[in-house]
Amino acid sequence: MIETTITIALLLMLAAVTVGIVRVRGLFAAVVLLGVYSLLMATLFIVLDAVDVAMTEAAVGAGVSTVFFLGALYLTDTVEAPSSRGRFLPLLLALVTAGALVWGLSDLPEFGSPEQPIHKQGADYLARSIPETGIPNVVTSVLASYRSFDTLGETTVVFTAGIGILALLRRRRGEGRN
Amino acid sequence: MIAHFSQIATIFLMVAGLYVVMARGNMVKKLIGLSLFQSSVYLLYLLPGKVIGGTAPIIGAGFTVYANPLPHVLILTAIVVGIATLALGLTLVVRIKEAYGTIEEDEIIAKETPKTRNGPGRGGDAA
Repeated sequence: MIETTITIALLLMLAAVTVGIVRVRGLFAAVVLLGVYSLLMATLFIVLDAVDVAMTEAAVGAGVSTVFFLGALYLTDTVEAPSSRGRFLPLLLALVTAGALVWGLSDLPEFGSPEQPIHKQGADYLARSIPETGIPNVVTSVLASYRSFDTLGETTVVFTAGIGILALLRRRRGEGRN
Repeated sequence: MIAHFSQIATIFLMVAGLYVVMARGNMVKKLIGLSLFQSSVYLLYLLPGKVIGGTAPIIGAGFTVYANPLPHVLILTAIVVGIATLALGLTLVVRIKEAYGTIEEDEIIAKETPKTRNGPGRGGDAA
Protein backbone atom coordinates (compact mmCIF):
# COMPACT_ATOMS: atom_id res chain seq x y z
CA MET A 1 0.00 0.00 0.00
CA ILE A 2 2.86 2.37 0.84
CA GLU A 3 4.23 1.93 -2.69
CA THR A 4 0.93 3.04 -4.22
CA THR A 5 0.78 6.08 -1.89
CA ILE A 6 4.33 7.20 -2.77
CA THR A 7 3.62 6.65 -6.49
CA ILE A 8 0.51 8.86 -6.28
CA ALA A 9 2.37 11.57 -4.31
CA LEU A 10 5.22 11.63 -6.84
CA LEU A 11 2.78 11.71 -9.78
CA LEU A 12 1.00 14.73 -8.23
CA MET A 13 4.36 16.51 -7.82
CA LEU A 14 5.21 15.68 -11.45
CA ALA A 15 1.86 17.11 -12.55
CA ALA A 16 2.54 20.34 -10.60
CA VAL A 17 6.01 20.71 -12.18
CA THR A 18 4.49 20.05 -15.62
CA VAL A 19 1.92 22.84 -15.15
CA GLY A 20 4.86 25.11 -14.21
CA ILE A 21 6.79 24.16 -17.38
CA VAL A 22 3.75 24.79 -19.60
CA ARG A 23 2.94 28.20 -18.07
CA VAL A 24 6.39 29.75 -17.51
CA ARG A 25 7.68 32.19 -20.18
CA GLY A 26 11.38 32.28 -19.33
CA LEU A 27 13.25 29.46 -21.05
CA PHE A 28 15.90 29.27 -18.31
CA ALA A 29 13.20 28.60 -15.68
CA ALA A 30 11.60 26.00 -17.99
CA VAL A 31 14.92 24.16 -18.41
CA VAL A 32 15.56 24.11 -14.63
CA LEU A 33 11.99 22.86 -14.06
CA LEU A 34 12.64 20.14 -16.66
CA GLY A 35 15.64 19.05 -14.56
CA VAL A 36 13.38 18.89 -11.48
CA TYR A 37 10.87 16.89 -13.54
CA SER A 38 13.55 14.37 -14.58
CA LEU A 39 14.77 13.97 -11.00
CA LEU A 40 11.20 13.35 -9.76
CA MET A 41 10.77 10.88 -12.61
CA ALA A 42 13.97 9.06 -11.54
CA THR A 43 12.66 8.86 -7.95
CA LEU A 44 9.41 7.41 -9.28
CA PHE A 45 11.38 4.84 -11.29
CA ILE A 46 13.05 3.68 -8.04
CA VAL A 47 9.60 3.21 -6.46
CA LEU A 48 8.62 1.20 -9.57
CA ASP A 49 11.69 -1.07 -8.94
CA ALA A 50 13.41 0.10 -12.15
CA VAL A 51 16.73 0.98 -10.49
CA ASP A 52 18.86 0.83 -13.65
CA VAL A 53 16.44 3.11 -15.50
CA ALA A 54 16.35 5.48 -12.50
CA MET A 55 20.14 5.84 -12.52
CA THR A 56 20.19 6.48 -16.27
CA GLU A 57 17.32 9.00 -16.05
CA ALA A 58 19.02 10.88 -13.18
CA ALA A 59 22.35 11.02 -15.04
CA VAL A 60 21.03 11.62 -18.58
CA GLY A 61 17.65 13.30 -18.06
CA ALA A 62 18.46 15.53 -15.10
CA GLY A 63 22.19 15.93 -15.83
CA VAL A 64 23.33 15.79 -19.45
CA SER A 65 20.10 17.00 -21.07
CA THR A 66 19.96 20.04 -18.73
CA VAL A 67 23.56 20.88 -19.70
CA PHE A 68 22.68 20.55 -23.42
CA PHE A 69 19.64 22.81 -22.99
CA LEU A 70 21.68 25.42 -21.08
CA GLY A 71 24.33 25.33 -23.82
CA ALA A 72 21.68 25.87 -26.47
CA LEU A 73 20.18 28.76 -24.44
CA TYR A 74 23.64 30.37 -24.19
CA LEU A 75 23.90 30.29 -28.00
CA THR A 76 20.30 31.46 -28.65
CA ASP A 77 17.67 33.39 -26.64
CA THR A 78 16.56 32.91 -23.04
CA VAL A 79 13.18 34.65 -23.29
CA GLU A 80 10.26 33.30 -25.27
CA ALA A 81 8.38 35.83 -27.40
CA PRO A 82 4.63 36.03 -26.72
CA SER A 83 2.98 33.76 -29.26
CA SER A 84 0.57 35.26 -31.76
CA ARG A 85 -1.03 31.99 -32.72
CA GLY A 86 -4.33 30.75 -31.31
CA ARG A 87 -4.42 28.43 -28.32
CA PHE A 88 -7.81 26.91 -29.01
CA LEU A 89 -6.86 24.36 -31.68
CA PRO A 90 -3.81 22.87 -29.85
CA LEU A 91 -5.85 22.64 -26.63
CA LEU A 92 -8.70 20.92 -28.46
CA LEU A 93 -6.34 18.42 -30.13
CA ALA A 94 -4.59 17.70 -26.80
CA LEU A 95 -7.93 17.14 -25.04
CA VAL A 96 -9.18 14.83 -27.83
CA THR A 97 -5.94 12.81 -27.58
CA ALA A 98 -6.29 12.64 -23.79
CA GLY A 99 -9.91 11.52 -24.12
CA ALA A 100 -9.01 8.76 -26.57
CA LEU A 101 -6.18 7.51 -24.34
CA VAL A 102 -8.29 7.57 -21.15
CA TRP A 103 -11.06 5.74 -23.02
CA GLY A 104 -8.52 3.01 -23.88
CA LEU A 105 -7.49 2.65 -20.22
CA SER A 106 -10.64 0.80 -19.16
CA ASP A 107 -9.29 -2.49 -20.58
CA LEU A 108 -5.92 -2.25 -18.82
CA PRO A 109 -5.23 -4.32 -15.67
CA GLU A 110 -4.89 -2.70 -12.24
CA PHE A 111 -1.57 -1.05 -11.26
CA GLY A 112 0.88 -3.38 -9.48
CA SER A 113 -1.23 -6.53 -9.73
CA PRO A 114 0.73 -9.76 -10.40
CA GLU A 115 -2.15 -10.96 -12.61
CA GLN A 116 -1.18 -8.61 -15.47
CA PRO A 117 -0.52 -10.33 -18.82
CA ILE A 118 2.97 -8.78 -18.97
CA HIS A 119 4.07 -11.07 -16.10
CA LYS A 120 2.52 -14.20 -17.58
CA GLN A 121 3.70 -14.19 -21.18
CA GLY A 122 6.91 -13.83 -23.12
CA ALA A 123 10.39 -15.11 -22.37
CA ASP A 124 10.89 -15.67 -18.63
CA TYR A 125 14.22 -13.88 -18.33
CA LEU A 126 14.03 -13.98 -14.51
CA ALA A 127 14.26 -17.79 -14.50
CA ARG A 128 16.70 -18.07 -17.42
CA SER A 129 19.23 -15.39 -16.51
CA ILE A 130 21.29 -17.23 -13.83
CA PRO A 131 21.50 -20.69 -15.56
CA GLU A 132 22.15 -19.30 -19.05
CA THR A 133 24.33 -16.24 -18.44
CA GLY A 134 25.32 -16.35 -14.76
CA ILE A 135 24.45 -12.66 -14.28
CA PRO A 136 22.26 -11.91 -11.23
CA ASN A 137 21.12 -8.50 -12.57
CA VAL A 138 18.52 -9.56 -15.13
CA VAL A 139 18.40 -6.12 -16.78
CA THR A 140 22.12 -6.40 -17.58
CA SER A 141 21.81 -9.92 -19.00
CA VAL A 142 18.83 -8.97 -21.20
CA LEU A 143 20.51 -5.74 -22.37
CA ALA A 144 23.92 -7.21 -23.16
CA SER A 145 23.04 -10.81 -24.01
CA TYR A 146 19.48 -11.61 -25.07
CA ARG A 147 18.78 -8.27 -26.77
CA SER A 148 22.32 -7.18 -27.58
CA PHE A 149 21.39 -6.38 -31.19
CA ASP A 150 19.03 -3.72 -29.79
CA THR A 151 21.96 -2.23 -27.93
CA LEU A 152 24.06 -2.35 -31.11
CA GLY A 153 21.29 -0.48 -32.93
CA GLU A 154 21.17 2.05 -30.08
CA THR A 155 24.90 2.78 -30.33
CA THR A 156 24.46 3.14 -34.12
CA VAL A 157 21.78 5.80 -33.52
CA VAL A 158 24.01 7.64 -31.04
CA PHE A 159 26.93 7.47 -33.51
CA THR A 160 24.76 8.81 -36.36
CA ALA A 161 23.48 11.65 -34.16
CA GLY A 162 27.09 12.47 -33.22
CA ILE A 163 28.08 12.64 -36.91
CA GLY A 164 25.09 14.91 -37.61
CA ILE A 165 25.98 17.28 -34.76
CA LEU A 166 29.62 17.44 -35.87
CA ALA A 167 28.60 18.16 -39.48
CA LEU A 168 26.25 20.98 -38.38
CA LEU A 169 28.76 22.57 -36.03
CA ARG A 170 31.66 22.28 -38.49
CA ARG A 171 29.64 24.07 -41.18
CA ARG A 172 28.99 26.83 -38.65
CA ARG A 173 32.70 27.27 -37.98
CA GLY A 174 33.47 27.31 -41.72
CA GLU A 175 30.93 30.09 -42.32
CA GLY A 176 32.41 32.09 -39.44
CA ARG A 177 35.76 32.20 -41.27
CA ASN A 178 34.22 33.57 -44.47
CA MET B 1 -10.89 5.35 -11.72
CA ILE B 2 -8.57 5.01 -8.70
CA ALA B 3 -7.20 1.72 -10.07
CA HIS B 4 -5.96 3.59 -13.14
CA PHE B 5 -4.84 6.79 -11.39
CA SER B 6 -1.18 6.32 -12.33
CA GLN B 7 -2.02 5.82 -16.01
CA ILE B 8 -4.35 8.84 -16.02
CA ALA B 9 -1.60 11.01 -14.45
CA THR B 10 0.84 9.71 -17.09
CA ILE B 11 -1.61 10.64 -19.85
CA PHE B 12 -1.86 14.14 -18.33
CA LEU B 13 1.94 14.55 -18.48
CA MET B 14 1.93 13.24 -22.07
CA VAL B 15 -0.83 15.57 -23.25
CA ALA B 16 0.85 18.55 -21.55
CA GLY B 17 3.99 17.82 -23.59
CA LEU B 18 1.92 17.48 -26.76
CA TYR B 19 0.20 20.82 -26.05
CA VAL B 20 3.57 22.60 -25.58
CA VAL B 21 4.84 21.16 -28.89
CA MET B 22 1.73 22.36 -30.76
CA ALA B 23 0.94 25.68 -29.05
CA ARG B 24 4.38 27.29 -28.62
CA GLY B 25 6.38 28.80 -31.46
CA ASN B 26 9.72 28.92 -29.64
CA MET B 27 11.87 26.00 -30.79
CA VAL B 28 13.67 25.38 -27.49
CA LYS B 29 10.27 25.31 -25.78
CA LYS B 30 9.06 22.82 -28.39
CA LEU B 31 12.01 20.55 -27.54
CA ILE B 32 11.20 20.90 -23.82
CA GLY B 33 7.64 19.78 -24.61
CA LEU B 34 9.01 16.86 -26.62
CA SER B 35 11.16 15.83 -23.62
CA LEU B 36 8.06 15.95 -21.37
CA PHE B 37 6.18 13.72 -23.80
CA GLN B 38 9.13 11.33 -24.05
CA SER B 39 9.56 10.95 -20.27
CA SER B 40 5.86 10.20 -19.84
CA VAL B 41 6.16 7.40 -22.42
CA TYR B 42 9.01 5.93 -20.31
CA LEU B 43 6.65 6.01 -17.33
CA LEU B 44 3.84 4.38 -19.32
CA TYR B 45 6.18 1.49 -20.19
CA LEU B 46 7.49 1.01 -16.64
CA LEU B 47 4.14 1.17 -14.80
CA PRO B 48 2.87 -2.33 -15.79
CA GLY B 49 6.25 -3.93 -14.96
CA LYS B 50 5.82 -3.14 -11.26
CA VAL B 51 4.42 -5.77 -8.87
CA ILE B 52 3.23 -4.52 -5.46
CA GLY B 53 5.52 -6.05 -2.83
CA GLY B 54 8.13 -6.96 -5.42
CA THR B 55 11.74 -5.85 -5.70
CA ALA B 56 14.19 -4.78 -8.42
CA PRO B 57 15.02 -7.57 -10.94
CA ILE B 58 18.36 -8.52 -9.37
CA ILE B 59 18.27 -12.21 -8.38
CA GLY B 60 19.15 -12.74 -4.71
CA ALA B 61 18.43 -15.11 -1.83
CA GLY B 62 15.32 -14.24 0.15
CA PHE B 63 13.40 -12.63 -2.73
CA THR B 64 10.81 -14.33 -4.88
CA VAL B 65 8.78 -11.48 -6.45
CA TYR B 66 10.57 -9.28 -8.98
CA ALA B 67 9.53 -6.51 -11.36
CA ASN B 68 9.45 -7.45 -15.05
CA PRO B 69 12.93 -6.61 -16.47
CA LEU B 70 11.97 -6.34 -20.15
CA PRO B 71 10.40 -2.80 -20.04
CA HIS B 72 13.46 -1.61 -18.09
CA VAL B 73 15.78 -2.74 -20.89
CA LEU B 74 13.61 -1.16 -23.60
CA ILE B 75 13.45 2.16 -21.73
CA LEU B 76 17.20 2.20 -21.03
CA THR B 77 17.70 2.07 -24.80
CA ALA B 78 15.00 4.72 -25.34
CA ILE B 79 16.60 7.17 -22.85
CA VAL B 80 19.98 7.01 -24.59
CA VAL B 81 18.44 7.35 -28.07
CA GLY B 82 16.31 10.23 -26.70
CA ILE B 83 19.30 12.24 -25.51
CA ALA B 84 21.05 11.69 -28.88
CA THR B 85 18.08 13.01 -30.85
CA LEU B 86 17.63 15.88 -28.37
CA ALA B 87 21.26 16.93 -28.85
CA LEU B 88 20.79 16.85 -32.65
CA GLY B 89 17.59 18.91 -32.32
CA LEU B 90 19.31 21.52 -30.15
CA THR B 91 22.17 21.76 -32.65
CA LEU B 92 19.63 22.41 -35.41
CA VAL B 93 18.07 25.16 -33.24
CA VAL B 94 21.50 26.78 -32.83
CA ARG B 95 22.02 26.65 -36.62
CA ILE B 96 18.55 28.15 -37.21
CA LYS B 97 19.40 30.97 -34.80
CA GLU B 98 22.56 31.72 -36.80
CA ALA B 99 20.82 31.58 -40.17
CA TYR B 100 17.67 33.59 -39.27
CA GLY B 101 18.64 35.47 -36.11
CA THR B 102 15.63 34.09 -34.24
CA ILE B 103 14.26 30.80 -32.90
CA GLU B 104 10.59 31.85 -33.01
CA GLU B 105 8.67 29.94 -35.66
CA ASP B 106 6.35 32.88 -36.49
CA GLU B 107 9.29 35.23 -37.17
CA ILE B 108 11.05 32.63 -39.35
CA ILE B 109 7.88 32.14 -41.43
CA ALA B 110 7.53 35.94 -41.75
CA LYS B 111 11.13 36.16 -43.00
CA GLU B 112 10.68 33.30 -45.45
CA THR B 113 7.39 34.45 -47.05
CA PRO B 114 8.61 37.48 -49.10
CA LYS B 115 11.57 35.46 -50.46
CA THR B 116 9.35 32.85 -52.09
CA ARG B 117 7.17 35.59 -53.63
CA ASN B 118 10.13 37.39 -55.21
CA GLY B 119 11.55 34.26 -56.84
CA PRO B 120 8.69 32.16 -58.19
CA GLY B 121 11.04 30.07 -60.36
CA ARG B 122 12.79 28.58 -57.30
CA GLY B 123 9.86 26.75 -55.79
CA GLY B 124 8.25 25.93 -59.15
CA ASP B 125 11.16 23.84 -60.46
CA ALA B 126 10.23 20.76 -58.49
CA ALA B 127 6.57 20.86 -59.57
